[in-house]
Amino acid sequence: MEEPLEMPPGEESKPCSLSEELATDPSLQVEISDAVSERDKVKFTVQTKSSLPHFTRPALSVVRQHEDFVWLHDTFSENDEYAGIIIPPAPPRPDFEASREKLQRLGEGNSTLTREEFAKMKQELEGEYLAIFKKTVAMHEVFLQRLAAHPVLRRDHNFYVFLEYDQDLSVRGKNRKELLGGFFRNIVKSADEALITGMSGLKEVDEFFEHERTFLLEYHARVRDTCLKADRVMRSHKSLAEDYIPISVALGSLGTQEVRQLQTSFLKLAELFERLRKLEGRVASDEDLKLSDLLKYYMRDSQAAKDLLYRRLRALADYENANKALDRARMRNKEVKPAEAHQQLCCQHFEQLSASAKQELTDFKSRRISAFRKNLIELAELELKHAKASSLLLRNTLIVLKGDA
Amino acid sequence: PVRHVTERIWSAQPSTEGKMAAEREPPPLGDARQPELEELEDGEDLFTSTVSTLESSPSSPEPASLPAEDISTNSNGPKPAEIILDDDREDLFAEATEEVSLDSPEREPILSPDPTPAITPVTPTTLVTPRMESKSITAPVIFDRSSEEIEEEANGDVFDIEINVSDPEKVGDGMNAYMAYRVTTKTSLSMFHKNEFSVKRRFSDFLGLHSKLATKYLHVGYIVPPAPEKSIVGMTKVKVGKEDSSSTEFVEKRRAALERYLQRTVKHPTLLQDPDLRQFLESSELPRAVNTQALSGAGILRMVNKAADAVNKMTIKMNESDAWFEEKQQQFENLDQQLRKLHASVEALVCHRKELSANTAAFAKSAAMLGNSEDHTALSRALSQLAEVEEKIDQLHQEQAFADFYVFSELLGDYIRLIAAVKGVLDHRMKCWQKWQDAQVTLQKKREAEAKLQLANKPDKLQQAKDEIKEWETKVQQGERDFEQISKTIRKEVGRFEKERVKDFKAVIIKYLESLVQTQQQLIKYWEAFLPEAKAIS
Repeated sequence: MEEPLEMPPGEESKPCSLSEELATDPSLQVEISDAVSERDKVKFTVQTKSSLPHFTRPALSVVRQHEDFVWLHDTFSENDEYAGIIIPPAPPRPDFEASREKLQRLGEGNSTLTREEFAKMKQELEGEYLAIFKKTVAMHEVFLQRLAAHPVLRRDHNFYVFLEYDQDLSVRGKNRKELLGGFFRNIVKSADEALITGMSGLKEVDEFFEHERTFLLEYHARVRDTCLKADRVMRSHKSLAEDYIPISVALGSLGTQEVRQLQTSFLKLAELFERLRKLEGRVASDEDLKLSDLLKYYMRDSQAAKDLLYRRLRALADYENANKALDRARMRNKEVKPAEAHQQLCCQHFEQLSASAKQELTDFKSRRISAFRKNLIELAELELKHAKASSLLLRNTLIVLKGDA
Repeated sequence: PVRHVTERIWSAQPSTEGKMAAEREPPPLGDARQPELEELEDGEDLFTSTVSTLESSPSSPEPASLPAEDISTNSNGPKPAEIILDDDREDLFAEATEEVSLDSPEREPILSPDPTPAITPVTPTTLVTPRMESKSITAPVIFDRSSEEIEEEANGDVFDIEINVSDPEKVGDGMNAYMAYRVTTKTSLSMFHKNEFSVKRRFSDFLGLHSKLATKYLHVGYIVPPAPEKSIVGMTKVKVGKEDSSSTEFVEKRRAALERYLQRTVKHPTLLQDPDLRQFLESSELPRAVNTQALSGAGILRMVNKAADAVNKMTIKMNESDAWFEEKQQQFENLDQQLRKLHASVEALVCHRKELSANTAAFAKSAAMLGNSEDHTALSRALSQLAEVEEKIDQLHQEQAFADFYVFSELLGDYIRLIAAVKGVLDHRMKCWQKWQDAQVTLQKKREAEAKLQLANKPDKLQQAKDEIKEWETKVQQGERDFEQISKTIRKEVGRFEKERVKDFKAVIIKYLESLVQTQQQLIKYWEAFLPEAKAIS
């Protein structure tokens, strides 16, 4: 059943989070069921379950790499048909560099650590590696799931190829020329945008878009900053958790060597710090998932929304230019018909884009609100959970120590 | 019996005080405390008797004569530091002081520069061992009795004294400026003229006090609490007038350290009796302690360490027939290492928690701005609330870092320095032993010389030889007595020290954990308040 490309203007779609959409749409379900980390790349196993006729089988399974995802994203963003749609941002490259380096440095025989400390640090770093791994899987999955949920994008031919083609897509990474090209395109884009906005006679008649433009510009900058700061907080929590390791070990060895009256105190304290470390580590990783990741995602998504606005602006400029050309043609009474046709086309294009963009931006807002709501609630609940656990642990330890006097 | 005596003193005090204030005129000494001077004379005898019952066991040959001496001398004014049993004992300090003062701009000798006695190489211990063994059999008994007394002292109403160091005030300008601290004492002990009084002291006064106490008591085996460290960088910042947080932090750190220092010092039953300590706490004018550059806590530490090195270099193979001392030596060595490790880790924790606090504050500001730019009202409000929560959490982190440092880290630092003092005292004992050995060697030589002279028949030289033998016999006896005394004192001191340490550590651990609990409870409060705000987003 073909859905009309054009959405009736002014119709608000109900706010719903991604997972809800997915749950209610059995026609296309995509997930990353498995992932393997090799030397310098990650291999994702993408599984699709679909009742749509486009696929040859109801269940599919393929192996994809990060570059394949980037390629898919680029085909969408470079496709004029989707100019009026916020293209879901590509997932970030899997980056295990920092984590791998840390593990390496640890393994390089840092003789100041005791065996116990070494084992704990190793455990901590391995946990970190695993967490990064899980995150990158999640981000690649969310990308695909957003595509699958979008009424227009899900029907893209390249998307089917991505999901079904069981051979290697052989998408080579962008070579230097292409990377440079992309870089220049961005510069040209911003210059163009500046030119367009400065263009005389170009008026933003629609209040909605005027507001969105101002809003998105500031929002994007703010969310980027907050994301950065959240990252730093998360890393501080991690450092703190790591600090508990040598403290716990030192307390333990003091406990075994101390006079009888102090043994219990020190041993209990050593145990306490070990458990506090784990709790603190969980606080750090929850802040990472619920706050940092959220902010990061909306940084990228708001950029995609900005790109949409730019495209619309471009279309508006083209429309304006076509108007002017038509006026000129009419004045000179030469080639009026082609000018008219061209103007019509531009007008249509602009209006379609505007309508689609309005819908997309409204969806963006509701998506954002529900994502923030969900994550902030979960963050608060988790922080509460950890604080309560820590408090209980500390109070129990105090009871034991006070009784030991 | 002890309690009874002290009660009598206390009942005596108030009435005499009242009378004095009303009737007497200020005697011509020109000192502010005139009326009380009379009272002191009255109370003196009672006090002396108290002292002797409180001090080490009656059976010991020398009831610590130092305090009694001090009280009998009338004035509380400046005393020459030489209330020492044996002048020779200063040699250690003179030697070390010379080296230490090289570091400081002033190079004047600080104590009486006695010539360093030549340290002769080790004697075979056969002369010594039999005697020591007999001593070590009796030693435990004394020790037991001392521990009983320690119990009494700890329980007793004797230790009713509380010291506070507060109100740091900058005095003067530029490089001559210094911080003056208010030292307030609250006590019901009769040795003090009032129940509550305060004086203004500067850092060098504290160093001066410590130097006097160390000079008198360290080498006879008392563990004198070390004074806080000097800090050129810290003080210069304060002098220059930098009003930033790091200099206020520095002053607070120092204030707290000075308070702990005094509290530890007055807890020591012997040091509490010391007139220099009393003068420090009470007298409104204190002679400026000069030459403290070299005798700061670090200076004393260096001195003690140099003493230790000197001892080691002499390769004293002291036949430690007393396993107790060997055990203690090892124990304190281990403890020192462990505490240093722990201290370093805790310092890292403090640092990172401060970083966390700073990052949380930055995040809070950023989240507030994000909330402002968010156009959905409910989400905007929630984000602003999140920013407020994070700001409060930043405060929490700061307070926790404060506790991390002042409760936990500083305690560890204090004990690392205290253990150095303990090690110093153990080394003094070794030196004492060595001196005794040397005296025996010399005596032997003198005897041999005398025998030779007898054969050679030189009557005038013979008399001199006999006199010298007498002299050295006395010295040997004194050496043995000193060694026994210092060993006994150290046993008692270490016992007291360990008791204090256990109490201290337990108290600090509990206090620290309570601070952690407090932080978590606050976190719970904040997040519970935030949760409905997040849920209110629609």
